[in-house]
Amino acid sequence: MEEHMNLLTTVLERYGGDPEALVEILRDLSQENGYVSQDLLVAVADRLRLPRSHVHSVASFYSMISVEPRGRHTVQMCQDAPCHVAGGREVWQALEEALGIHFGETTPDGEWTLQITSCLGLCSVGPVITIDGEVYGNMTPTKVQELLGHYRGGCCGGNQGGAA
Amino acid sequence: MKSLEELQKIKERALERRRMSAEGVRVRVVVAMGTCGIAAGARDTMTAILDELEKQKVTDVAVTQTGCIGLCEYEPIVQVQIGDGEMVTYGKLSAERVPALVEKHVVGGEPIAEWAIKQTA
Amino acid sequence: MAYRANILISSAAPGAQEVEQALLDKIYEHHLDNEVQVMQAATLGPQLQGVELVIYPEGTHYVHLTPEDARVIVEEHLLKGRPVERLMFKGIEVEPLEAPASKEIRVVLRNVGKIDPGNIDDYIAVDGYAALGKVLTEMTPEQVLEELKRSGLRGRGGAGFPTHLKWTFARNAPGDAKFVICNGDEGDPGAFMNRRVLEGDPHAVIEGMAIAAYVIGARQGYFYVRAEYPIAISTLRIAIQQARDYGLLGENILGTDFSFDLEVRMGAGAFVCGEETALMQSIEGARGMPTTRPPFPATKGLWAKPSNINNVETYANVPQIILNGGGWFASMGTEKSKGTKTFAIAGKVKRTGLIEVPLGVTIREIVYDVGGGILNDKKFKAVQTGGPMGGCIPEKYLDLPVDYENLAKVGSIMGSGGFVVMDEDTCMVDIARFFMEFTQDESCGKCVPCRVGTRRMLEILTDICEGRGQPGDIERLEAMAKYIARASLCGLGQGAPNPVLSTIEHFRDEYEAHIYEKRCPAKVCKPLIEYVIDPETCIGCTRCARNCPVNAIAGKPKQTHVIDPSVCVRCGICKQVCPVNAISIESKGKLPEA
Repeated sequence: MEEHMNLLTTVLERYGGDPEALVEILRDLSQENGYVSQDLLVAVADRLRLPRSHVHSVASFYSMISVEPRGRHTVQMCQDAPCHVAGGREVWQALEEALGIHFGETTPDGEWTLQITSCLGLCSVGPVITIDGEVYGNMTPTKVQELLGHYRGGCCGGNQGGAA
Repeated sequence: MKSLEELQKIKERALERRRMSAEGVRVRVVVAMGTCGIAAGARDTMTAILDELEKQKVTDVAVTQTGCIGLCEYEPIVQVQIGDGEMVTYGKLSAERVPALVEKHVVGGEPIAEWAIKQTA
Repeated sequence: MAYRANILISSAAPGAQEVEQALLDKIYEHHLDNEVQVMQAATLGPQLQGVELVIYPEGTHYVHLTPEDARVIVEEHLLKGRPVERLMFKGIEVEPLEAPASKEIRVVLRNVGKIDPGNIDDYIAVDGYAALGKVLTEMTPEQVLEELKRSGLRGRGGAGFPTHLKWTFARNAPGDAKFVICNGDEGDPGAFMNRRVLEGDPHAVIEGMAIAAYVIGARQGYFYVRAEYPIAISTLRIAIQQARDYGLLGENILGTDFSFDLEVRMGAGAFVCGEETALMQSIEGARGMPTTRPPFPATKGLWAKPSNINNVETYANVPQIILNGGGWFASMGTEKSKGTKTFAIAGKVKRTGLIEVPLGVTIREIVYDVGGGILNDKKFKAVQTGGPMGGCIPEKYLDLPVDYENLAKVGSIMGSGGFVVMDEDTCMVDIARFFMEFTQDESCGKCVPCRVGTRRMLEILTDICEGRGQPGDIERLEAMAKYIARASLCGLGQGAPNPVLSTIEHFRDEYEAHIYEKRCPAKVCKPLIEYVIDPETCIGCTRCARNCPVNAIAGKPKQTHVIDPSVCVRCGICKQVCPVNAISIESKGKLPEA
């Protein structure tokens, strides 16, 4: 809990405690904490002197702000047409099989969350996935295995497949 | 900067610096580092180029980066220019290809035709 | 059972299926199927080298194979034990990389890929900020507007509203505080021109915004960029800081009394925020929902102050127009659509990617000259322009010059420049459903026509695709489309029916085939197709039956196999694995029940 509040202080400072930056504050909290808990939402509202209802309504509107707990690693995949025709379906299946969950779910051990993202604008190197924000293009089912193995190996860096 | 003259001076300085740096530099290597390049492995390519130049003790090469050049499906893309010569654009230049590129083109001066992106009519 | 040889084939490579079939044919022909096992791997090695094979235990690696090569490998390597030297991997991949000789004219992209975006000196060296300097020291706002009017520049983000008019409205609006906003919330799937400009030439956009600020009388600007573009955002932040360090942003720019600064705001994943009023809501820290217009942003925008909002590409054009003159810009393009436009070409063409061409080039030139023609030399069917709010344009308009007016005339829009090419294997009803799914999902829910209307349309389209279409559905779709387009609050709802309307207009026969004959002419819609085994061709190898995930295929070895359509889930695996190509897709349809 205290950890959460420290994070909140850091993020608020980043935006000078500006209530106008609510969308960014919530997105940063969601990314850095995995999700924005009810406690955090209330704290954000109080610290920014905004109505709680307003903070809730904003948090629930944007897809990059999660109010549900997420896994330690988040894998996102683009599902739009260009990635889809470039072999996205196979990569999609490979991800679901490798992690044993469907898109939108989190593994029971709390390690992995699988999400859909909107187009990342990297259509010519599709299919594209991101793991914890690192971008990996030209994905294949084989590369999915390698990449996940790399993250499972305990290292959290992402230089293996190309991105950093 | 407080005047148009100063802007002009910065422009001249920038152009001058480009000429100056061109003097000590025999070869220019440009790596496309847009997100598309990075997603295809451009960062590994960049690191490999810097490592390889150091390993082969080559010092008269300027390595710079630029944005996406518009041939994203051929990323990672690397461009090599010797002196004022023609700039050769390489596609799918993964880190594994870097040692050969440095040895043959950057050091040896011979472009590797089959890795280059050809202009077609 | 142990095999004496295991073969891995790169099944993801184009043409792999044919090679694998040839390989399997030969293996069966020589009765090697009990000795040799063929397995599919998506790719072998870091890069595709055509169709590849690795034969274990010795690990011989063959590359760039044709079906004939595969037959040779079976006869030589597998049967006689003589590896085929000439087909083996030689260490270095030789892949022809080709780029089209340019039909392009680069205005917006002129510096992208040529300068270091992280170094402002690089931009200044190519006349960067010279246009701002010229405007601040030599031109009145009216003169800038005059130049813009002469150029004919129109908004590059969607509707194509004349830029000089937009700026004039914001300039004339009463108020002391005004804002300049750049819309970098590029959300159309497959369109990434703004990302490329922001990552490759951020100062051009900053300079364009500063000029706009001078004209309308703003001293604060906002850059709204979608959070899906982290590298564009960091490049932009560096650029803004460098411009500040040089005094090109901040107080008294270039010693004049003009002051202007910029702030970057990031989105958080909501497509509708690309709509200008929703975007301003989001900058203010609220739910990104559109508001009614009027009042327009020019009079009552961000924090109810007069605001000018343009997209990345529009601003990036401005410095060039100032430096080269409006007449130069107007010399490119068509009568009413001047200058160049970037397009993101995607779909079933040989070369996909981003191009910048003068407005007025034809669809044929983009598809065949720039895009290299249709993949696998199939037949062109349609092109979808303008993203999810655009429409599908059929073959008869291949020679249509692409500009704002012509696209509107055939039921589509320019939008941000998406250009998705479709071939004969695309079902137009399915495509309409795909786009409706997208807009339905991204509808913010504020107004009823869009929230409920798109859902109803999606339900009807889904019914049609799944064989439950009713007579009258087309008319129902048309009527709803009309209401939704008219009554929705913002461009998302107003444009949402476009893909449906344009496909009904140009491909009505496909809708009718789905509804009245329960038939999908492109053989795409799963509930309307059947996989059928040709008894003449089937060799009874049992491969399809063994690979079927739902055991829908019956048949004994060496006898013709049959697929039970009531069990079959149309996954297509049997068709992929059949060594003799005996399985085809049929969509015969059925007559309406009496």
